[in-house]
Amino acid sequence: MTDPKLTTPAADVAGTSAQSTAAVDFANDVGPRNIAESFRLYTQRVRGGEVGALPAVAGVIILAIIFYSANNLFLSKSNFANFLTQAAPIAVLAMGSIFVLLMGEIDLSIGTASGVCAATMALGVTRNGDLNAALGTPTYLALLLLLVVAIGITARYRLWIATGVIVLGGIFIVTKLTQHAPAAIFVSIAVGVAIGSLIGFLVAHVGIPSFIVTLALFLAWQGVLLKFIGQGAAISTQRVDLINKIENENLSPTTGWILWVVAVGIYSAYTIGRSLQRRRAKLTGEPIDLVVLRALLIAVVTGIAIYVLNENRGRTVFAKLQGVPYVVPIIFILLVVGTIVLAKTRYGRYVYAVGGNTEAARRAGIDVKRIRLSVFVIASAMAGVAGVIGASRQGGVPSDFGSHTDQLYAVGAAVIGGTSLFGGRGKVRDGVIGALVIAMIPNGLGLKNLGSSYEFMITGLVLLLAASVDAISRRRTATS
Amino acid sequence: MAEPILELRGVNKSFGPVHVLHDVDLHIYPGEVTALVGDNGAGKSTLVKCLAGIYSIDSGEVLFEGKPVHIHGPAEAAALGIEIVYQDLALCDNLDIVQNMFLGRELHSRFGALDEGTMERKARETLASLSVRTVKSVRQLVASLSGGQRQTVAIAKAVLWNSRVVFLDEPTAALGVAQTRQVLDLVRRLADAGLGVGLISHNMNDVMEVSDHVAALYLGRMAAEVPASQTSVSQVVELITTGRSGDIGLSTAAANASM
Repeated sequence: MTDPKLTTPAADVAGTSAQSTAAVDFANDVGPRNIAESFRLYTQRVRGGEVGALPAVAGVIILAIIFYSANNLFLSKSNFANFLTQAAPIAVLAMGSIFVLLMGEIDLSIGTASGVCAATMALGVTRNGDLNAALGTPTYLALLLLLVVAIGITARYRLWIATGVIVLGGIFIVTKLTQHAPAAIFVSIAVGVAIGSLIGFLVAHVGIPSFIVTLALFLAWQGVLLKFIGQGAAISTQRVDLINKIENENLSPTTGWILWVVAVGIYSAYTIGRSLQRRRAKLTGEPIDLVVLRALLIAVVTGIAIYVLNENRGRTVFAKLQGVPYVVPIIFILLVVGTIVLAKTRYGRYVYAVGGNTEAARRAGIDVKRIRLSVFVIASAMAGVAGVIGASRQGGVPSDFGSHTDQLYAVGAAVIGGTSLFGGRGKVRDGVIGALVIAMIPNGLGLKNLGSSYEFMITGLVLLLAASVDAISRRRTATS
Repeated sequence: MAEPILELRGVNKSFGPVHVLHDVDLHIYPGEVTALVGDNGAGKSTLVKCLAGIYSIDSGEVLFEGKPVHIHGPAEAAALGIEIVYQDLALCDNLDIVQNMFLGRELHSRFGALDEGTMERKARETLASLSVRTVKSVRQLVASLSGGQRQTVAIAKAVLWNSRVVFLDEPTAALGVAQTRQVLDLVRRLADAGLGVGLISHNMNDVMEVSDHVAALYLGRMAAEVPASQTSVSQVVELITTGRSGDIGLSTAAANASM
């Protein structure tokens, strides 16, 4: 995009008087000078309806207290690690859903789509990469046709990264490289990207409501998954080390601490540096003491978590079981990348703009269809990642992979985390926080030996509560 | 009189069998406000959308600074320096003022990340230069702004780029008395800064107060372009409703042909 010359008609329009009043006009822009002031502004924003992740964080704490008082095992070392691995697939699906929800759309097919992705991967690694033999030629050709169509769609909408991923995935499939776990994992994601571009095309280009498209595909992928798996009840991936490790093995305690130091260090340096720099440049910014306090809080909370995970949680004296599960840094990286994309790039800004006011975005010269299509690609690509993690967790791909509650939980997690169903409001972190809440409920109830009946009822009520918070806060922001 | 910065000669536009604009002439002068008036369906919005590049014209000429130009899309209009502030404002409620003002034209730093600092500074300078006094923070969400403030942001968005001609579609339609006052002052300041301003309005008091010229459309034809100082509210109303007033305006034949 061309960068037109930027002029400020400061001098010629209003003369010098404007300059002198400017300081008064933007009084709040100099920023609150201390914590008390910024806390006051924050409560003001919350009352105005911008609640953000507050209800979800409160939910995590309240549920933890309730479940702990019901059964102290809830906060035990082994349950904590277990709980994180339970939340992981939901968190990944939820992070992908957030892009779709920001657009005011919904994707109900991510769960079964993740099943198709995972099955493709599992077939590759278990059948020496010969998908033609594993699937039967007609099904194999249909899979390749999907990839070719998806390449066409993504190229038509200039989503070159997606095109590249699908092309590479297709090459891996044809050359039977999928017998190697890294290539198979990549293919899982590539199939997700292809599925996403198909959904995006039907929604953004053809104009079918996303609810219908993804409901139809939810059913269709279930059938595809059965077709892929064939006669067996499941494809086991337990013997594939790389896949199996993700949910079942841990970083060494030292590596855990090193990663913690690096992550917390970069985060603190970045936020503190930004605060100081913006203050110097006389821009709006948070007060430095607030930034430091928050960085400290995050460091302490994550530090405690890593300390607990690094304790030996093995049941026997013979085998040590300790360390941060591999899936945790994976989630963390996805969270960081997603957050940067949404908050710091032009693409992210356009996602918010199209979700907030499509017409305004179109008039601003944004290719609305392209953006709308791309969010489905991201959601299904994340479904591909969730498929890998889910296969690791379940030790393989059963024929009902992802068709149960996962995808509804994922959308629910995003909403519980604070992402609006009406579009335009939400952050990637909402998916992770929401997934913690969602995963906590069956985990805590399970320890109490309360069956699925309570799990579903309580999860449903929590989701309803979150949706109410969303609707009410939306009304507040609209009227204030 | 100065050369017009934007001139239309004999512009025609049809939608299928409906002939919306008939041989329309229009002159917009730098540093002056030209009011574009006309009853509902007279073709004001169509005319502006043609200039914005949203519609293409069927025939006729558009001259920008005396040179003929062809506007094929919003981006080309913006490149010439023609900006439109639409009636429904085209702001995203979920973005803040800075994000809205730079929407679609964000500035980048070296690493491809958005350059928030520069954008914020430019936005504030532009608002200050327009003597906007009511906005507390440029990082407020647009959802939290009043109607007048939104209008101000929309106008500031239009002049942030080195625009030469700004069209305002009913900028005071939904505003209270005090806010209307602010926006009209703002319109005047835009012209005083040397921009060519086109003001679409149904409010004759507003028109007579800030305009230098009045261009009245009647059923898709330009009834008359007259200096505001040489006309009166009643004459403009007559031009709007019948297409003619005394010896100015369309000939009876032309006016009837439009029916």
